[in-house]
Amino acid sequence: MKRSLFGRVWPNATAVVLFIGFVFPVYWMFATALKPRGDILADNPVWFPTDITFEHFETATGADHFWTYVTNSLTVTVLAVVFSLIIALAGSFALARMRFKGRRGFIIGFMLAQMAPWEVMVIAMYMIVRDASMLNSLVPLTLFYMMMILPFTILTLRGFVAAVPKELEESAMVDGCTRAQAFRRVILPLLAPGLMSTSLFGFITAWNEFALVLVLNKDTEAKTLPLWLSSFQTQFGDDWGATMAASSLFAIPILILFVFLQRKAVSGLTAGAVKG
Amino acid sequence: MTVQTERPPSGPADVRKADGGGSGGPRTRAASRAGALAPYLLLLPAVAASVLLLGWPLLKDVLLSFQNLNMAQLIQHVTEWNGVENYKETLTSEQFWRVTLRSILFTAANVALIMVLGTLIGLLLARLGRRMRFTLLIGLVLAWAMPVVAATTVYQWLFATRYGVVNWVLDKLGWHSMADYSWTSSQMSTFFVVTLLIVWMSIPFVAINLYAATTTIPGELYEAASLDGAGVWRSFTTVTMPFLRPFLYATTFLEIIWVFKAFVQVYTFNEGGPDRLTEILPVYAYVEGVGNQHYGMGAAIAVLTILILLGLTAYYLRIVLKQEEDEL
Repeated sequence: MKRSLFGRVWPNATAVVLFIGFVFPVYWMFATALKPRGDILADNPVWFPTDITFEHFETATGADHFWTYVTNSLTVTVLAVVFSLIIALAGSFALARMRFKGRRGFIIGFMLAQMAPWEVMVIAMYMIVRDASMLNSLVPLTLFYMMMILPFTILTLRGFVAAVPKELEESAMVDGCTRAQAFRRVILPLLAPGLMSTSLFGFITAWNEFALVLVLNKDTEAKTLPLWLSSFQTQFGDDWGATMAASSLFAIPILILFVFLQRKAVSGLTAGAVKG
Repeated sequence: MTVQTERPPSGPADVRKADGGGSGGPRTRAASRAGALAPYLLLLPAVAASVLLLGWPLLKDVLLSFQNLNMAQLIQHVTEWNGVENYKETLTSEQFWRVTLRSILFTAANVALIMVLGTLIGLLLARLGRRMRFTLLIGLVLAWAMPVVAATTVYQWLFATRYGVVNWVLDKLGWHSMADYSWTSSQMSTFFVVTLLIVWMSIPFVAINLYAATTTIPGELYEAASLDGAGVWRSFTTVTMPFLRPFLYATTFLEIIWVFKAFVQVYTFNEGGPDRLTEILPVYAYVEGVGNQHYGMGAAIAVLTILILLGLTAYYLRIVLKQEEDEL
């Protein structure tokens, strides 16, 4: 009797402790960002902010070049995701629907490309970009980010394309569509959820990228948000309120996207990462 | 060219076979040739991008590693080949081997923690009631979604010397020497925080996917096991584990890759400090190459790092490739 009660209680108790452990850093980021300075630098932490203030957000968004960084980050990320989706859509259609010599080789190649250790290759990328006189430009960043997410996008989309019943396409072709028309009118609409969740992960990767932009873009005008955020603390000293507000601003788009698309995203990620 | 689109076998494939013999009208032949090229044309942009944007940097890295390339050569745009000098210097330096050993231990510790805790949490998720499971899932997803740089900044604040929550709690728990402790001041404390950060942000991927995998186990298997008199532990080892094993291999493999190249967390938290004592291989390559402007040396370290990573994952890589070949 006693044991079964214990057996019922401990999973829930552990879950509560774990929930607090996982959520607390995120909670503390928002809580600090919303607290007045006096509550942040208090001898005893103020666990629940009662005086809500937006001054830290004003400090963060009012920082020099903040909107430049936002624009840079958005430009690079969105373009990289869109380009890689377009390129991947063509490739994944071939890999999912056609039989041809070397198909297996292409798939294995993309699987290997997905594991490319980009963080380690920054020196070579720096030399290439420098030789092309493209340092402090958004163009190489966009291109490399596109490449970072391309293998994953192809492999994931391949799964989604393969999941669209072939009969739909065939019946469209019987009805007089060309293969391209069948693709555009029948497959593409059915692929929309797949495209969404695939682009989510591309978006996150590109939005977060740090090592490459650290090496390539030293000019203030050409930096992106992760670089700005990592130097924010140095710039603003111990202004933790503003630092946390900056972190929140950077994290919010991703948190929202992720929480909404999580379920599809998970199946997409495992499909791409584990099953190839 | 033996290209075959997925159509009835009497389709274009036959026409193509007859291609050499000259039978089949010119229109079908042209169409079949276009059809044969189609997959390659569709893949062309992706392959071109991979060659230019991934293959070329990789090759460039290898080329650079055989060059004497420092600040002077960089400014004057001269190429000075120096053979295997960079490799000789790297492989004979004590520092390189120390960093390599550190990287491997760091990766092993992190991946072990992530896999064990992640698996346990995944199994816990499967045991929980609906509402509780949903709550815990929300927590996991939030931690998973936190952007790396934002998460590192938050951890810097949690572990801040003054007004940091962690020091306050430790002080209140009676560990008064921790009241003003600087977590970035020593090698072990820096690694502790970085490990905590990496484990915290990596567990959700393992736990949620593992939970998803347990939902695919047919319930009848458990019934059959219990009919055969298997206890909780036995049905776990004979039913649950065999189902999850391929999944666990795959996840471990991915985590090894991700942790091994955890440049961002280590670099943004303490820049490999104090005294370069927390540099792992990717950070070491960056500091030597870009920071100290020994680009050739940095490239050599990068090549060696990639080789080490390949060595660490070779076992699993072979399984995956083989499995993929069988499936295709």
